[in-house]
Amino acid sequence: MSNQGVATDGTSSKAGEVKISEESKSLQGGKKLSVLIVDDDQLIQMMHVALVKASGVDAEILIAENGEVAVDLCRSGKSFDLILMDKHMPIMDGVRATRELRKMGVKSMIIGVTACSMDYEVKPFIEAGLNECYQKPLDPEMTKSILAKLSKGN
Amino acid sequence: MDALQLKRQLITFTELLFREGFLDEQFHQLQQLQDEKNPNFVVEVVSLFFEDSERLLNELAKALDQQNVDYKKVDAHVHQLKGSSSSIGAQRVQRVCIVFRNYCNEKNVEGCLKCLQQLKHEYAIVKTKLEALFSLEQQILAAGG
Repeated sequence: MSNQGVATDGTSSKAGEVKISEESKSLQGGKKLSVLIVDDDQLIQMMHVALVKASGVDAEILIAENGEVAVDLCRSGKSFDLILMDKHMPIMDGVRATRELRKMGVKSMIIGVTACSMDYEVKPFIEAGLNECYQKPLDPEMTKSILAKLSKGN
Repeated sequence: MDALQLKRQLITFTELLFREGFLDEQFHQLQQLQDEKNPNFVVEVVSLFFEDSERLLNELAKALDQQNVDYKKVDAHVHQLKGSSSSIGAQRVQRVCIVFRNYCNEKNVEGCLKCLQQLKHEYAIVKTKLEALFSLEQQILAAGG
């Protein structure tokens, strides 16, 4: 398995600075949330890391710069509560990566985040196995919504 | 100019940028993500946008200069620029990208070239405006604000 393209952003705990509501903390019950951000764009990686951290949730965040790295991580035994998946990436795009992850039996919540807005672009992405798809850029409200759904799922 | 005067200037300047459509609500979201643990977040993200944009504009110029234009490649570059411009709230740049993608779909080289010129123009303006905004913020800090 190649570890190329994986960055560990470390953990974050922002007690007292919850910008998303308390319901996002309740899902954890003391357990750290495991998040994988899959995007080849460094700017988007920074944004998504900041959004997850700003939610106030205690999270371990990993970054994969393409779908193949994400698949390799899961194949190696890593599991994630939440995967934020970009669509257009080199080597392996988000559609293929999502399909592969679901074929492997990965049960993580996989949220597509794409700059695509047309139905014909988004439909195959959703059909590959996403829980939901959002248009870029993610904002705090969308992040809150995602975490709330994760909470209900748990 | 003292810190208070500079702060007023910053507020007026920022309001103007929003009113004239250079920036949209996404830029506010960016500012809200900045905190004491990440004090240079906005400057870092916008700097990445500058780097990405300049690289992509060069790639677009090369791609459109080819005998046989690869519209898929052009579209991919525009798509990426659309993503990063929308992420920082560079509204005018993002809007040109939307029109540009339509011309790519139509394989309209004239339209694409026109959009490229517009993109270069809008990018140059928003870059100047953002640099001026950051410069004002630095002046406020230096003045003890």
